[in-house]
Amino acid sequence: MKTISEAQGTLVTTLADDWGSDIATLKGVPWGKVMMWVFLVSDTFIFTCFLVGYMSVRMSTIEPWPNPSEVFALHAFGVSVPLLLIAIMTFILISSSGTMAMAVNMGYQRRKKAATNLILVTALLGAMFVGMQAFEWSKLILDEGVRPWTNPFGAPQFGAVFFMVTGFHGLHVSAGVIYLLTIAFRIRRGKYDESDFEIVEISGLYWHFVDLVWVFIFALFYLW
Amino acid sequence: MMTKETGQRHPIRIYLVVWGLLFLVSALSYSTDFLDRGFWRWTLILLFMVLKAGFIVAVFMHMRWERLALMSVVLVPPVLLMVLVGLMTIESDYTRSMRIEHFETAIPGEAMPVVEREIRNRRPD
Repeated sequence: MKTISEAQGTLVTTLADDWGSDIATLKGVPWGKVMMWVFLVSDTFIFTCFLVGYMSVRMSTIEPWPNPSEVFALHAFGVSVPLLLIAIMTFILISSSGTMAMAVNMGYQRRKKAATNLILVTALLGAMFVGMQAFEWSKLILDEGVRPWTNPFGAPQFGAVFFMVTGFHGLHVSAGVIYLLTIAFRIRRGKYDESDFEIVEISGLYWHFVDLVWVFIFALFYLW
Repeated sequence: MMTKETGQRHPIRIYLVVWGLLFLVSALSYSTDFLDRGFWRWTLILLFMVLKAGFIVAVFMHMRWERLALMSVVLVPPVLLMVLVGLMTIESDYTRSMRIEHFETAIPGEAMPVVEREIRNRRPD
C-alpha cells in the first residue's frame, strides 16, 4: 500500500506520514512521563544558561570574587563553620529525594497510604529547604547588605548571580512543594485508582530534577 | 499483579543504597571546602558533582532502566551545552584581558573610555 507522500510526493505530506503513522516512538513509556522529560530537558537548558552566565561574569571580572565559604559561614557552638547552612540544606534535599523514590515504589505496589505519606514527608522537607533559603536571603540582604548590583565583599556581579540562581532554584522547589501536595491530595481522593500510579513516578522525576540542579549549584556556586 | 507493566519497579534496597551513597559523596563534596583553591580542589568538586548527578539520574530517575530512545532524547541535548561552555570560556577570557588592559590602573567607577585611551596613545608619534 502506498503512503500519502509516495502518492503525492510533497514535503508536507511526508511530515504528516511520519507524525501520523500510528507508531509509538517510546514504547511502554507513559506519555505523561515523556512530557515531563521533555520539560526537564528544556529546564536543563535554562539552568545551564544561568550557570554559564555565572561562569562568564566570574571569569571576566577583574575584581576579586567574594569567597563563598566565608560569606555563607555560620556561627555555631562559638566557632565559624563554613557553609554550615548550605550543607544542611543539601542533606535535607537529598533526603527528600530519597523519600520521593520510596513513594514511587509504594505507588507501584498500590500502597496508597504509604505513598501519600511519603510524598507529604517529601513536601515537608522541601518546605524546610525553602524556609532555610529564606533565612539565608534575609541574612544576606538585611545584615550583610548584599544587593544584585553591589555587595561589601568584592565583585558586584556576585549579588546578581546569587539572587538569580538560588532564587530560580528556590522557585522550583516551592512550585514542587505545591505540585507534590496536589498529587498527594488527588491520590487520597482516589483520582488515580484506575491507573498504575505512574503519576507518582512523573512527579518524582520533577522532584529529583530539583535535587539534581542543587547538586550543580552547590558545586559550582558555593564550593568553587 | 498488573497485566501491562508500564512503570519502573525495583527493589527498595537499591534506593536505600543510593541514598546512603549520596550522603557519603555529599559529605566528601562538602569537605573539599577545607582544601586550598587549586587543581585538586577543582578536580574533586567536579568529580563529586558528576558522581552525585549520575546517581540521581541513573537510579532515582530510573534512567539506567529506560529504553535507548528515551535515554538519547534526554541525555544527548545537554552534551551540546558543553559547546556553549567552551565558547563562553573563550569569550570571558577575552573580556577579562580587555578589562585588564584598559581598566586595571583606572580608579573604579571612573574607567577611561577605550576610544579616548587610543587617542592618547597615538599622540606621542
